Amino acid sequence: MELLVSAAEILARWDVVLALLVGSVGGVLIGAIPGVGPAVAIAILLPATFSMEPIVGLTVLLGIYGSSMYGGAIPAILINTPGTAVNALTTYDGFPMTARGEARRALSLAYSASFFGGVFSVVCLILFAPVLARIAPMFGSREIFLAALLGLILVVIAHRGQTLIAAALAFFGVFLNTVGLEPVKYSKRYTFDQSWLSSGVDLIVVVLGLFALSQAFYLLQGDDEKVRLTPLRGGLFQGLRELSRHPRVAGVAGSFGVVMGMIPGVGEFTAQFMSYTYAQRSSKRPEDFGHGSSEGLIAAETSNNAVPAAAMVPLLALGIPGEALTAMMLSVFYVHNVVPGPQLFQNDMPFVVALYLALLVLNVLVLIFLLSATGHLVKVVKIPNRFLGVAILTLSFVGVYSLRNSFTDCLIAACFGVFGFVLKRLSLPAVPIILGMVLGGIMEVKLRAGMARVKTPLDFIDRPIAMILFLMILGVLALHIRYVLSERRKLKEAKWSARKRSTRFGMQMFRRRDYLSTERGKKVREKRSKYVPRSTGPRSPR
Amino acid sequence: MTEEERRFKGPVRGQSLFAIIFVVASLLLLSQLGNETRWAKGTQLFAQPRFWPAVAVGGMVLFGLLHLWALPRKRLRHADLVEWRIWFFALEWVLWFLAYVMVVPVLGYLPSTLIFVPLLAWRVGYRGPRMLWISAGFAVAVVIVFKTFLQVRIPGGAVYEYLPGALRSFLILNF
Repeated sequence: MELLVSAAEILARWDVVLALLVGSVGGVLIGAIPGVGPAVAIAILLPATFSMEPIVGLTVLLGIYGSSMYGGAIPAILINTPGTAVNALTTYDGFPMTARGEARRALSLAYSASFFGGVFSVVCLILFAPVLARIAPMFGSREIFLAALLGLILVVIAHRGQTLIAAALAFFGVFLNTVGLEPVKYSKRYTFDQSWLSSGVDLIVVVLGLFALSQAFYLLQGDDEKVRLTPLRGGLFQGLRELSRHPRVAGVAGSFGVVMGMIPGVGEFTAQFMSYTYAQRSSKRPEDFGHGSSEGLIAAETSNNAVPAAAMVPLLALGIPGEALTAMMLSVFYVHNVVPGPQLFQNDMPFVVALYLALLVLNVLVLIFLLSATGHLVKVVKIPNRFLGVAILTLSFVGVYSLRNSFTDCLIAACFGVFGFVLKRLSLPAVPIILGMVLGGIMEVKLRAGMARVKTPLDFIDRPIAMILFLMILGVLALHIRYVLSERRKLKEAKWSARKRSTRFGMQMFRRRDYLSTERGKKVREKRSKYVPRSTGPRSPR
Repeated sequence: MTEEERRFKGPVRGQSLFAIIFVVASLLLLSQLGNETRWAKGTQLFAQPRFWPAVAVGGMVLFGLLHLWALPRKRLRHADLVEWRIWFFALEWVLWFLAYVMVVPVLGYLPSTLIFVPLLAWRVGYRGPRMLWISAGFAVAVVIVFKTFLQVRIPGGAVYEYLPGALRSFLILNF
């Protein structure tokens, strides 16, 4: 209780309250505009938050992170286009409901489920915080190295079907982090004798290039889409009542969100997939899923909104971000010399709980805002894509140039913008690069510190948590190898079943020759091997 | 379309070109490992300045090659050329962005943004007065929010120096 009071005191300031309001409303708006997304907004706003106090800056960013998924449900339900990537599953059941004239019900249900997911995860984590505070100090250099390695492996294998290129891009991120002056021996690494490379490649410049500028280029290169909106009539309060009829689905989806959010690199997609599958399997009407099922919508929206609060756990407790958005937030900590990790949990627990309380208040603010302003808010969906591109390009300038007023930074960001644009065109992931950069730096420092105290390689995993993490890494790799082998087997089976005879002339001649030399040859040889005397007399009439 | 192409996640066009460029760049970086990093004598392997760049570039080469090998189609076709042209045309927006970056320290943040946003909006096809007014309004809003209220570090324009004292300071501080 004392902890909650001191955390509330941290939040009871006009600038924090303002940050909460701006973050929540801004996040909903950004989420509601397809093509922007929280990563772009956070990348642009990062430098602006550096001049703020950590709690204020983090509240704005957390606000955008936590509320963008609420907003993302609006275009997902109304026009079948997810506002943010994680709202893709919402379109499965949300849009069919709109198509049969139940847009208001779908939106109301999505808001209520999101609210439940958000509040559920925050409450879980506030209750869980004392346990975390006890576990976090058990993480030394070796454990943090292994946890970071596990996070990186999970990020890579989470990109199913693209694991190889995701791994290559993650290593590219690790490489980018090594460029510049090495901090212990002070030797230059991959600077090519260029002074502007001596200080290394700035994470924020890369983030702005890969997420903001690339998105601007992508939108500017594309076309505007015609959007037809369904008019909304009536109130939006019925969703809370409907949600209360499905406590089991909401509870399980929220739990999946909390657990998956805490594991670095796993995140919203896995949580949603597991929740949706569970809801479908346990439903009395599984055939409705994908055709406007309220349970499907609850599962998707509850689980994705339960993730942001949980994703803060590895960041705050171990200093390990699990995905791109928390990786960006890590830089806010670094700028203010606040080092997230076990020490933060031990020494500044009220700060941690204050962040969770901020998320709790944020969910309430967003729900109130959405219930009262959805009618007007839906108009942002109509903003044309290319104009959005112009807007993002203008805002990206603020983000990059305000860092150091450096033209070189802008040039590097533009190069990464083109690289990100190419990745977008090819549907390849950019997230492994960012996590490679962040986790690569952590791994380098922690491995050096960890190996200094061990004599044999086995000593590295002689502590219980290190051993558990090591076994988890082996388990994850084994599961992935099993998945790859099963996919290869399926591909082989599919290729055999779909095999058709070629109709090319050359192949036809080849088959003919083959037939003549084998099948027909057999008949001829069989015939000739028997003695059949030729009849010489006249044929008898039949 | 082969079964591999059907099962491939994402478009096949342009993939081989990207993979080849990635592998070639990685190999070039690997060839420079000896020149661009140092081996410190009497230091443990894991604390060597060369260790992590070697791991990173080695990983890029290995997984880049594996990705290239696993692609459903490795030969370049006309579709790859079309895709390459789209990548090339995106450079126009890079030039717009860099021109904006170069103009801001000369003309100042507000005048540059007021010129840049409507001009770019006009370039992408919004020729009507309504959209041009909206883009000008957006430009003013961005400057007021970031420079005037949030006080982000963007320098005043060189042309502000020619203005009388009080106005000069006001513009440098706020616009």
